[in-house]
Amino acid sequence: MMSDDTEILELPLGDWHRAHGGRMVAFAGYAMPIQYEGIMAEHLWTRANAGLFDVSHMGQLMLSGDGVAEALEAIVPGDISALAEGRMRYSLLLNAEGGILDDLMITNAPMGHYLVVNGAVKWEDIGHIREHLPDEITLNHMEDRALLALQGPKAVDALARVVPGVEKLFFMEAGSFLWGHEPLWISRSGYTGEDGFEISVPTEAVVALADALMAQSEVKPIGLGARDSLRLEAGLPLYGHDLDERVDPVQGDLGFAISKRRRAEGGFPGGERILKALAEGPPSKRVGFTVEGRQPVREGAAIFAGDTQIGVITSGGFAPSLQVPIAMGFVSTGHATPGTALEADVRGKRIGLTVTRMPFIPHTYVRRGAAK
Amino acid sequence: MTRYFTDEHEWIAVDGTTATVGITDYAQSQLGDIVFVEVPASGAQVNKGGDAAVVESVKAASDVYAPVTGTVTEGNGALDGDPALVNSDPEGDGWFFKLTLSDPSELDGLMDEATYKAFVAGL
Repeated sequence: MMSDDTEILELPLGDWHRAHGGRMVAFAGYAMPIQYEGIMAEHLWTRANAGLFDVSHMGQLMLSGDGVAEALEAIVPGDISALAEGRMRYSLLLNAEGGILDDLMITNAPMGHYLVVNGAVKWEDIGHIREHLPDEITLNHMEDRALLALQGPKAVDALARVVPGVEKLFFMEAGSFLWGHEPLWISRSGYTGEDGFEISVPTEAVVALADALMAQSEVKPIGLGARDSLRLEAGLPLYGHDLDERVDPVQGDLGFAISKRRRAEGGFPGGERILKALAEGPPSKRVGFTVEGRQPVREGAAIFAGDTQIGVITSGGFAPSLQVPIAMGFVSTGHATPGTALEADVRGKRIGLTVTRMPFIPHTYVRRGAAK
Repeated sequence: MTRYFTDEHEWIAVDGTTATVGITDYAQSQLGDIVFVEVPASGAQVNKGGDAAVVESVKAASDVYAPVTGTVTEGNGALDGDPALVNSDPEGDGWFFKLTLSDPSELDGLMDEATYKAFVAGL
C-alpha cells in the first residue's frame, strides 16, 4: 500500500494502460502496470513474439556542449570518447568510492550525448551529473518525451512495418526516424535479453504510437512483472536491488563496462579501488543461482555455506521460460565459482542453491558483423 | 456443507467437525500465476489466524492463515505437481488442506458467501 502523503505521478500512457486492462501499482513514483493478462503469459509472449513496454518513468537526458564525451568520462568508467555517432554503450555512474549510483545507457546522438537512466534515481542522477560536469555542458531533462520498448524475436518485423528502416540498425546502434511528422529516436537495445528496440517519442504522440504498435499482430502490452522476470532470466542486474552505492563494478560482475583504455589510464571515480579489484579480485561478487525444488528464493534471503552466512539473494523468482526458480545474489569470492553448492534460508527452511553462469537464457541480440 | 470466508481471502467448507480450506477466486486473481504451494502435513496443528500454508506466485510469496483452530488430516498433494490448480479451480480442486475443527464456535466470526462478496466488492 502506498502512503497517503506520497504523490503518485501519472505517465502519458496511464489511461492507455488502464484501458488495456493493466493492473496499476506505484513504481518509481509513477502509476505503472504490473501486469495485464498475467506475468507468465506476458513473459512467454515476449520471448516468442513482441512485447510492448512503457518505460517512460526512466530519465531521458541530453548532454551537449564542447567536450561532453571527455566530461562524461570523469563520472563513468566507459570509453565514451571512442563512441561513434549512432553507437551506444552500457555504463555506470560512480561515486567517489567507486560505488554504483546508477546504471545507464549512453548514446552518441547528433544533438549531443543521450542518456537513459533509471526512473527511481533519476533526480539524484541529474543532481550528480550537474554537480560534476563543467558549466559549459548543458543538461536537458527531456520531460517532453515518452519512452517505449518493443522486445522479442518479432519486434523487428512489427516495428519495421510502422517505422521502415529500423531493421537496418544492429544491437547497440541508434538513429533518428520520422513517424509521420513525429521525430523518433530509436535504438536497437533493451533489457530482456531479446532482440528489440527502445523508442523515444514526443509525449503528445505516444498514445498514437502505442496504438499503431498494438495494431501489429505480433504485439501485446507487457507489465513490470514480466519485465522483471525477463531481465532476471537474461542475467541483467536491476538497480536498487542487485546494484547500489555499496557495490563497485567489479563486485557487480560488470567489469566489461570498464573499457580497456580506461583500465590503462584510470581517471574515473573510485579508480584506485576498482583497478585493485580488477587485479586482485573483489571481496564479494554477483552470481547467478539455480534453485533446488520449486519454491522461489527471493530478495533478502541469506545465503549459507554450512553454518556461515556468506552472501545474500538480491533478486529471485520463478523463471517462466525455464519453469524453475532462479536467483541472483552476492557471495564472498571464495564461493563464487560455478558449480558451488550453497543454501538459502527461506523462512527458517534451507533451500539448496548452485552457483551458475548467467545468463540463464541465451541473449539473442542482433549484432553487427555476427553470422546469421 | 456450509462455506465460510475470512477477510484474508481464505474459504472453509465445513461438514460437521471436518472442513476443507483454500483461497478464494479473488485471492488467486490478485496473486496471479501460482508456481508453488506449501501445505501443512497431516497431523499438523493449526491455530485460528496463524500461518498454515505458503503460496508463491511468479512475483511474490504470501502466507495463508488457518481460518479456525484444528488438526490437519490431509494436505492437497496435487498442488505439488500442479500449483496452477489454485488459479484454475481455487474453490474446488485447488483446495489446500482438510482439518478437524477443535472449536466449531470459531466459525461464528467468519463471513458467509454474500457477506464476503460484498466485502470484496468494497475493496
